[in-house]
Amino acid sequence: MTSSQRHTFVVYVEDKPGVLNRVASLFRRRAFNIESLTVGHAEIPGASRMTIVVRTDAIGARRLEANLYKLVNVLRVHDITTGPTIFRELAMIKVAATAETRTHVMQLVDVFRARVVDVAPDSVVIETTGTEDKIDGLLEVLRPYGIIELVRTGRVGMTRGARSVMIDPEERPEPYAANRAADEAEADDPNVSYSV
Amino acid sequence: MASMRTGAQIIWEALVREGVSTVFGYPGGAILPAYDALLEYPIRHVLVRHEQGATHMADGYARASGEVGVAVATSGPGATNMVTGIATAMLDSSPLLCITGQVGSKLIGSDAFQETDVTGVTLPITKHNYLVSHVDEIAPVIHEAMYVARSGRPGPVLVDITKDAQQGSTEGDWDPQDVKLPGYRPDLRASDAEYRRAADLLNSAKRPIIFAGHGVLLSGAMTQVRELAERADIPIAMTLLGIGGVPAEHPLNMGMMGMHGEAWVNAAIQEADLLLALGMRFDDRVTGNVRTYAPNARKIHIDIDPAEFNKNVKVDVALAGDLSAVLDDLAPLVEAGDRAAWLATINDMKGDVSVRDIQNLPDSGHLYAAHVINDIWRMTDGRAIVVTDVGQHQMWEAQYYHHRDPRTLITSGGLGTMGFALPAAIGAKLARPDAEVWVVAGDGGFQMTMAELATIAQEKIKINVAIINNGYLGMVRQWQEFFYERRYAATPLLSPDFAKLAECFGLGGATVKTRREVEPTVERARADERTVVIDFQVEQEDTVYPMVPAGADLHNMIRRPSPAPIVETADDE
Repeated sequence: MTSSQRHTFVVYVEDKPGVLNRVASLFRRRAFNIESLTVGHAEIPGASRMTIVVRTDAIGARRLEANLYKLVNVLRVHDITTGPTIFRELAMIKVAATAETRTHVMQLVDVFRARVVDVAPDSVVIETTGTEDKIDGLLEVLRPYGIIELVRTGRVGMTRGARSVMIDPEERPEPYAANRAADEAEADDPNVSYSV
Repeated sequence: MASMRTGAQIIWEALVREGVSTVFGYPGGAILPAYDALLEYPIRHVLVRHEQGATHMADGYARASGEVGVAVATSGPGATNMVTGIATAMLDSSPLLCITGQVGSKLIGSDAFQETDVTGVTLPITKHNYLVSHVDEIAPVIHEAMYVARSGRPGPVLVDITKDAQQGSTEGDWDPQDVKLPGYRPDLRASDAEYRRAADLLNSAKRPIIFAGHGVLLSGAMTQVRELAERADIPIAMTLLGIGGVPAEHPLNMGMMGMHGEAWVNAAIQEADLLLALGMRFDDRVTGNVRTYAPNARKIHIDIDPAEFNKNVKVDVALAGDLSAVLDDLAPLVEAGDRAAWLATINDMKGDVSVRDIQNLPDSGHLYAAHVINDIWRMTDGRAIVVTDVGQHQMWEAQYYHHRDPRTLITSGGLGTMGFALPAAIGAKLARPDAEVWVVAGDGGFQMTMAELATIAQEKIKINVAIINNGYLGMVRQWQEFFYERRYAATPLLSPDFAKLAECFGLGGATVKTRREVEPTVERARADERTVVIDFQVEQEDTVYPMVPAGADLHNMIRRPSPAPIVETADDE
């Protein structure tokens, strides 16, 4: 069997009530575990764009893609796991910061090119954008000061270059792609989970 | 010329424009506006006795005709009663439109009387579903729903319509063809290179088998499959739902595969070097243990649903698309072949089947289900539509009724829904009024939906019902016999006098206990203008052979003890 890795899907769906539920229900129904799911407006009116991160093997990823296409409201599915892609996540971190520790915290924020967006007598709220690894790194160094509250958006992604993922929907690349799965199983590189 | 119509009128108008002439339903509060308008439209409404029956009838109608079957129910309990029928249609890819009433849109979410989140409940068991809360959406949604139900891989679609949408009025007219589904494209085609790969594998195979599944029937690819098999000289094995796709008497048709398939078919699958799977999904009842399944075979999978590829069995080439269209493109690449050696090998595996054939045993006074089904097959010339329930009788039917025509075996394969047969047969009969329709059901499953006998009486429907009555939930008893040390927990079953029961509904009834009564009773039932229910009181502890235990290797079948299959029971007469 092929090895399991994180796959990132970009999914365009019709912006209609209940569509998020249909997508989430599909993952549950087919026993896939969502690591993160983000959803928001896309460049096309009437369409929403989801970024879904799921841990599965190459064959599972192809089956997931085919199952997503079976949902009537799904316009486009693209597995952007491999290839030149930018992944980002946003986090807000509320850290305990007293008069004595605030300067140290601010220095760490600078090093990570994060921003302080709120200062209170006993805390600061830090906003940061970056890859999951970068956010993990920032959290690591902030932890000794006391993390009071944390929120992360989950991964969003976009391919590099001029081409849009949401090409003409008539141009679906081999949606059944069973034949692709076997080839990709070899090509899967767990290190290419993000590029900065 | 715009005229005012109510939402209720639009529902029926849209169905009429879709060519719907028969619906199966049950009224109630939230669907009452629609029912009030029904009288104005040329639609036959069959009043069922339970909404589950309505969905099975619509399903039977769809399977017998290939058209979308339509079922109607009210909100809440009416809709939830449909769940089993919808799931049945979903697993067997049967095109269904279910219309349910919903409480007024302002009451949604308030736990109003008879309110259920029906689109939520049916989300994972429908191909798609809709909540319609405005009158202007009704027509486009019904046309969209009909299109989704019948196109691509068919399936059930549910449209939940609020009471105020039914009561509202609108002037607009609409075009039934105007369906906008930007994300839905059921038409797929593999690349030429994939076709070439498939053809190369097929042409170089020495021991290939064609698998004919339900997709052969759904796609109408019967002739193409037969021609391909004949030209390339490849034997065919059928799934349960594929029965009828290739005539049983065709010399290349080996019979059914899987858990209760023919032993030589399963043996051949394990020996094969290539499987060409057409419109089937490698269900666990077909494969047994997937790790030891067809170990020497390359696999080509043709299916309209790409999500089936590599789901249960890893395949070498997958061709997505409508089977009929795919075979049109693939067939010219396939070379004519002579596989006499392979066919001879299979024939050797088959051996002399007459040795084991239960029909050849002397009449010892025992009545076996196999006798009953075999006699019905002989007397109907293999041409009847047989609608079966789920259990031992279902497997015996598949083994002993040799279907010649497509859409003549109607059975719940994927979900295995007991209680399916009687209502589905009503739907089948209304879809094909000129066909002879037989129900073959067990004493257990029949009792689940026997209230629909009243529907038969009220609608004056002529079918015949063969109850294979062995006093047990037979298939469960068989599993208890094999795998639970004959501890028959909750399987002995008391039944009413089915013949008298039928008479209570004004139908015909008969009881048969011996083999020599079978033929004259079946003959009388066929001649009777009423529906006749025949209670065949068969051997109680008879067993379906052969059997691949669940999850076991396909070649490790439990075979019928040879030569005498008789199991004596204590209460033998």
